[in-house]
Amino acid sequence: MIKVTRFLCAAFVMHAGAAFADDTAPDKVMYEDFSVQASLTGKAGDPVEGAKVFKDRGLGNCLACHQNADMSGDLFHGTVGPAVDGVADRWEPAQLRAIVSDAKQVFGEETVMPGFYSLKVGKDVAKDKAGKTILSAQQVEDVVAYLATLKE
Amino acid sequence: MRHSLAIVGLGMMMAALQMPLTAQADPVDDALVIDDLEMVTRTKAPEGHPFDEVRSGWLYREAETRELEADSFQNPGMLYVEQGADIWNRIEGPEGKSCASCHNDAAVTMKGVGANYPKWDADAKRPINVELQIDKCRVENMGLEAYKFDHAEQKALTTYIKNQALGEPVKLDLSQGELQSWWDRGKELYYTRTGQLNFACASCHEANSGQYIRADHLSQGQANGFPTYRLKQADMVSLHNRFRGCIRDTRAEFPKAFSDELMALEVYVTWRGTGLSVETPSVRQ
Repeated sequence: MIKVTRFLCAAFVMHAGAAFADDTAPDKVMYEDFSVQASLTGKAGDPVEGAKVFKDRGLGNCLACHQNADMSGDLFHGTVGPAVDGVADRWEPAQLRAIVSDAKQVFGEETVMPGFYSLKVGKDVAKDKAGKTILSAQQVEDVVAYLATLKE
Repeated sequence: MRHSLAIVGLGMMMAALQMPLTAQADPVDDALVIDDLEMVTRTKAPEGHPFDEVRSGWLYREAETRELEADSFQNPGMLYVEQGADIWNRIEGPEGKSCASCHNDAAVTMKGVGANYPKWDADAKRPINVELQIDKCRVENMGLEAYKFDHAEQKALTTYIKNQALGEPVKLDLSQGELQSWWDRGKELYYTRTGQLNFACASCHEANSGQYIRADHLSQGQANGFPTYRLKQADMVSLHNRFRGCIRDTRAEFPKAFSDELMALEVYVTWRGTGLSVETPSVRQ
């Protein structure tokens, strides 16, 4: 019974996107050759969860800026960034991990793409967001796993 | 003939290739006429401006929204203009004065005002906008208190006063007092990234103006239509309310209304719309 409760608790915490001790901390992520080779969590990403994070306005909200033919059922795809159609043909998972974690490491400081797993952020961060990343390490892994399915 | 067709064909191919990257809907090529008065919605940018052409946000809105603004009988913002007219003529406070007691007919005395603010306030040694000028009159001449920020009457009276300048081209005199240094500070803030999302004003309204964020067609972020009737909020929205909303959306703490930061930003952002007609009350989504 105790075990079951523990499992449920863990599942709940994971759902809330909290950081785990095993996760690579945002400032410890190794960017080399515009790539991050190692998984941020050591756990495989879930493409189904990644698709949810991609779409969810309170999480990745990636669709706000990127068109995605795979989500043609959803209205209002943004055009600020490039479309993600066939993104897995253009980038390796390690490169996608670098782009999602901190796009400025790949595209330079001028890119408007937020760093979803970075604490190098703008001034005057809202009190409830201070010291927090936009996505958890596992959510980044899930998004990377989802993007890796987008082949043309 | 064949040559030109080939060029058209190539153009279409290139357009098709670019589609996924830049499915950018250009601002419409349409004329805004309000009460028989044609508004300047596109004009050559002043020297030192990042764009060649400054454009009204009206050009970026959907057809229904554009029509609402073009028709004064349909424009919901005109109700606030009417309320503002009542406040203008209403005697209030221990001095027994109304705005009209000193300023008479707003159609005459306020005609250019909305196009030329913010101005330099030599007493306060900082810029003053229409809201703060109203407060100054209330406190110094009427024996009243300043309005609380975004008080319904503050919004209505500001809307009324700015509406008197409908069609007048925005033009600030930056040589007044130290206004130029406030412009400099505003410019710096315009390019300063804030919040967890790490966006500056320029990230959306300069680098990506014309693009879509979800359903929102990013305009140049001009101030010439404020206070604006915002359909999303079904209410008049003041410029400083909108500034705060934008900064909040970057997931940042935001400055107080009429703070030094936001007054500097108002000076700079208003200047970026130099030459556009005052459109108050504009209608936006």
